[in-house]
Amino acid sequence: MAHQILIHASTAGGVTTVEALVKHPMDSGFVKDKAGKIIPAHYIEVIEFTHAGKVVLTGYWGPAVSKNPFIKFSFKGGKSGDPIGVSWVDNKGEKANVSSNIM
Amino acid sequence: MTHIPTMTKFSPRRRELLLGAAAGAAALAVAPGVLTGTAQAADVADAASYPAKAFAQTTETAALKMMYGAAPTHSADVKMGAPDIAENGAVVPVTVDSSLPNVTAVALLAIDNPFTMAAAYKIPAGTNPGISSRLKLAKTTKVVAVAQSGGKLYSTSKPVKVTLGGCG
Repeated sequence: MAHQILIHASTAGGVTTVEALVKHPMDSGFVKDKAGKIIPAHYIEVIEFTHAGKVVLTGYWGPAVSKNPFIKFSFKGGKSGDPIGVSWVDNKGEKANVSSNIM
Repeated sequence: MTHIPTMTKFSPRRRELLLGAAAGAAALAVAPGVLTGTAQAADVADAASYPAKAFAQTTETAALKMMYGAAPTHSADVKMGAPDIAENGAVVPVTVDSSLPNVTAVALLAIDNPFTMAAAYKIPAGTNPGISSRLKLAKTTKVVAVAQSGGKLYSTSKPVKVTLGGCG
């Protein structure tokens, strides 16, 4: 379960921009494999971003979010060095989290 | 043929998740093993909060009613960026933004996808409602962006032509 999350946050003019790239198959449950068997649905349901322990974004995702999801958003405040965290849980109960610092 | 059993398997699980969420501790019983173990401090994403029922709807009206209990009115203050033509439906960059005050939630819906609701976000105070991500579109479809402001729903939409579908 090599769950990888790349996160990058930078601040300018009092606004912090967060970009994250999450490694996940995001299988919709509608796609067949080479043998013609349906690949079961496997996708992130909830993803949450925190800044210094406070939630700054909660995302609810369905299987329509692309494989290896990318997300970009911004929030007011935040300064260089502040901790930024991201965590997710998928429909199989797998989870991952990573924390970083604002550049 | 193999398609249908998968679908029926799919829905009851969502129902279980939803019931689990409603029953609180029952959620733990539904998925033994996966929720056990020591949760790390940073593991804040809460599976029980997932609005599974809204994501299982197949129409815009039903999905939004389930998610927000309301129907949207069209507003030019909700902005959406999506390509006119998406060559690859598996990765369609879609952005949503709004100039409405106090936006508390935004959502993206792909009307002709198997399940309408694609993504929904809760926007706490201080977070900008502008979010960029990538969606899968099964075929040429209208994409709807919704923003919730002051308890009311506002939306805008755009057709996206898909030349290669993203759901197999």
